[in-house]
Amino acid sequence: MNWLIIFTVVLGVLAVARLLKVMELSAALRGGDVNDITEDNNKNNALTWIVFGVLFFYAFYWQVKNYGALLLPESASEHGLKTDMLFDVSMWIITPTFFATHIFLFYYIFKYYHRKGQKATFFAHSTKLELIWTVIPTIVLTSLIVYGIGTWNEITTPAPQETMVIELYAKQYDWTARYAGKDNQLGKASFRLIDGVNALGIDVKDEAASDDKIVRGEFHIPVGKSVNFKFHSRDVIHSAYMPHFRAQMNCVPGMETMLHFVPTITTAEMRVKTGNDKFDYLLLCNKICGASHFNMQMKIVVESQEEFDKWISEKKTFAQEIAPPAPVAATVDSAAVAADSTKVDSATVKVVAQVH
Amino acid sequence: MSSHAETLDHGHHDAHGHDHEHFHDDHDHHEESFISKYVFSQDHKMISKQFLVTAVFMGILAMMMSIFFRLQLGWPGKSFPILETFLGKWAPGGVLAPDMYLALVTIHGTIMVFFVLTGGLSGTFSNLLIPFQIGARDMASGFLNMLSYWFFLLSSVIMVISLFLETGPASGGWTIYPPLSALPQAMPGSGMGMTLWLVSMAIFIVSSLLGSLNYIVTVVNLRVKGMSMTRLPLTIWAFLVTAILGVLSFPVLFAAALLLIFDRSFGTSFYLSDIYIGGQALEHTGGSPILFQHLFWFLGHPEVYIVLLPALGLTSEIISTNARKPIFGYKAMIGSILVIAFLSFIVWGHHMFITGMNPFLGSVFTFTTLLVAIPSAVKVFNYITTLWKGNIVFTPAMLFAVGLVSTFITGGLTGIILGDSALDINIHDTYFVVAHFHIVMGASAIFGMFAGVYHWFPRMYGKMMNKQLGFAHFWLTIVSVYGVFFPMHFLGLAGIPRRYYTNTEFALFDSFSDINAMISTFAILGAIAQCLFLFNFFYSIFKGAKTKHNPWNANTMEWTAPTEHIHGNWPGAIPEVHRWPYDYSKPGMPEDFVQQTVPLQNGEVESH
Repeated sequence: MNWLIIFTVVLGVLAVARLLKVMELSAALRGGDVNDITEDNNKNNALTWIVFGVLFFYAFYWQVKNYGALLLPESASEHGLKTDMLFDVSMWIITPTFFATHIFLFYYIFKYYHRKGQKATFFAHSTKLELIWTVIPTIVLTSLIVYGIGTWNEITTPAPQETMVIELYAKQYDWTARYAGKDNQLGKASFRLIDGVNALGIDVKDEAASDDKIVRGEFHIPVGKSVNFKFHSRDVIHSAYMPHFRAQMNCVPGMETMLHFVPTITTAEMRVKTGNDKFDYLLLCNKICGASHFNMQMKIVVESQEEFDKWISEKKTFAQEIAPPAPVAATVDSAAVAADSTKVDSATVKVVAQVH
Repeated sequence: MSSHAETLDHGHHDAHGHDHEHFHDDHDHHEESFISKYVFSQDHKMISKQFLVTAVFMGILAMMMSIFFRLQLGWPGKSFPILETFLGKWAPGGVLAPDMYLALVTIHGTIMVFFVLTGGLSGTFSNLLIPFQIGARDMASGFLNMLSYWFFLLSSVIMVISLFLETGPASGGWTIYPPLSALPQAMPGSGMGMTLWLVSMAIFIVSSLLGSLNYIVTVVNLRVKGMSMTRLPLTIWAFLVTAILGVLSFPVLFAAALLLIFDRSFGTSFYLSDIYIGGQALEHTGGSPILFQHLFWFLGHPEVYIVLLPALGLTSEIISTNARKPIFGYKAMIGSILVIAFLSFIVWGHHMFITGMNPFLGSVFTFTTLLVAIPSAVKVFNYITTLWKGNIVFTPAMLFAVGLVSTFITGGLTGIILGDSALDINIHDTYFVVAHFHIVMGASAIFGMFAGVYHWFPRMYGKMMNKQLGFAHFWLTIVSVYGVFFPMHFLGLAGIPRRYYTNTEFALFDSFSDINAMISTFAILGAIAQCLFLFNFFYSIFKGAKTKHNPWNANTMEWTAPTEHIHGNWPGAIPEVHRWPYDYSKPGMPEDFVQQTVPLQNGEVESH
């Protein structure tokens, strides 16, 4: 079978080669060169440009019509409304530009294709024209820059005090969420304290850690309340991407990144809005992180404060989680890990803790 | 003191004498050996062909890779025997393995960006056109030029060898962000494959620097009498600025790669800190993975223009020649090249908006990034005005040049979205980005390269490429480029991340499976179209119809030299230059083109 394919391809290539030779010879008989661009060539290519142009615009329209409905639903976060607005304004600037420039392009190359006896206009320079199309883009872009940076500044302000803190902890290839608990303070953690029981490397001696709550598989957030996410990674760079909330931040080993937003639509409401009763908000990984990068996800549930309070109250605190086998054991474990590190290392742990 | 001066003088005299002998007496009856003519050639024309043919082979590889991963993306999990034929254990039962998927994506990007569109594009056309169009016998240093090619070939060979490793080639994405690329525990491709990738790139950078320095020196020093900077064709301006960008930015990538080599092999911690992987805590502390991204994109962003500017230069020349009209706004075109080049050094942060950088820094990079749209807009308007009231001849080269204008507009406009930090948050690393850069940089640059090959093929090989195949190649290519990349904007806006082996793990993305199958179909169509080009290219080298002298009736210097290749380009003295290169359809002239070597007529005003 494979040989048959190869044989056919070789035969095809030889046939085309012969055909080209025949064309060349017949052109020579007519007293021309086979590769001279004829008047017909110019006309046909010019016509093809028009056909292409029409199809091009139609394809644009068709895609907007058919694929437009598949895009993300309305933003489920407060700041997302602002960036969606900025997006719409930008699209209203670039789409007409796209059409206008392409219409001029297609029209001119069709109208001015080469004909015998036609002469091009010698027009090399016009200060006026060049000034116009330098100044207009400058004005448009300056407005966009001012608007864009304004939006950026609004949405990147530090989180308000009293905002609930949640850590999103990434590793190959899953997510863990840690709620800061009653004191709203995450307990200190270090990669050197990681072991089988303590997957996040939380420092059991830190008071702030005892009321932290660790959840996997899905995490819940209350609607209408600001949430301050702190991101960590234990191995490679991941990126926490929550497209429905227009939120994304890289998780970088060795440093803490953060963002905050206010969810505005509960999962239940969004199911009604999208007409999809299986709809769920998702946290995805959006930075290449290895073989299973494509399946590193966590469900997000947005619900009312009461529902959230109920859900979170059923979760064990970190202290409870490590309590049953006696907390002493865990301490010994982490001490064992620290045992083979040198003095320099324990100093670094301190630095790391400060950074955190 | 005086003896020193004498030696210098003597040396100079000798060199001159040698030149003289070489160019005027020697070339006719001196037979070069096969080795010195075809293999270790120091002649810019041969070196340019060597670059082109090497790049074509690398391009075939990269294109095949894209088809392989498009098969998986279009029809996830379906068995394709061809995958097992080529990839063996990496596609058991004809289904691509996730590790190999990432490897293919990585090497496809690496080869296309560096080997095809940097080495291939600049290497081919800077070498061919700089000496020809400025009226020089050859590059300033033929020897360095030869080295530049041989380092390029060596780095290509090493990159290809890395494909055959047991653990597979580098697979952390072409941007090779550590720690993923630094730790073999993180993925198999970060073992030996990554080592070879880094070695190959280090050698590639050597090649690029040798070439660029040579281009700069040649343009600055070896212009023929009368060839002032404002009489240079825009191609040369583009090559010169590209070379300067390369010299200033590639060393930074070299530094980044070197530090990564240290981290990987010698236990340093430039990019690594606080890592627990493979069941153990690593000793590395104090480094920052973000540092690598700063260094990488300090090259990476100018690299976009290293790829794009030569393509824009080539098309400026081709559009003017085939519209039979001077390029509109010659000085504005030079100005925009310079402004784009300058801005390209202060926008790198827009690749890093969501790394957790200080928001103030984000707004600075948004500001500088959106400014790039201004000189780009000027270029587009100038292209369109050049076509206005022209007398347009549709050679295959011209079709591709116009295609570039279209893709440059389409892809450039979405840059206004991506460059805006507030908008980048939600489309960063999605298919929207894939669509944007493939259209604005991939398609535009490759269109420029095809345009250049069709246009200067007669100058390179003394033969013509078949026009009908050229037409078919263009129309199929532009249809498949838009068929592949335009729908990707929608995938991105729907929140689909790039570099996903499959989207089937998310019910969220189920409605997109048809679109992905359609995209893959267009990609296969595009690959078939490239076979037309490959056939045409190799067939025409050996069997193509002979070209006539100056087949496109162009003005530039390369068409004043004889069609046959001779060492030194022109027999006898190099003709003097008297005008700019864009006197097409100038009123009062007998023909619709006036070569640069034609003196101004009585009362004629020189145009700019």
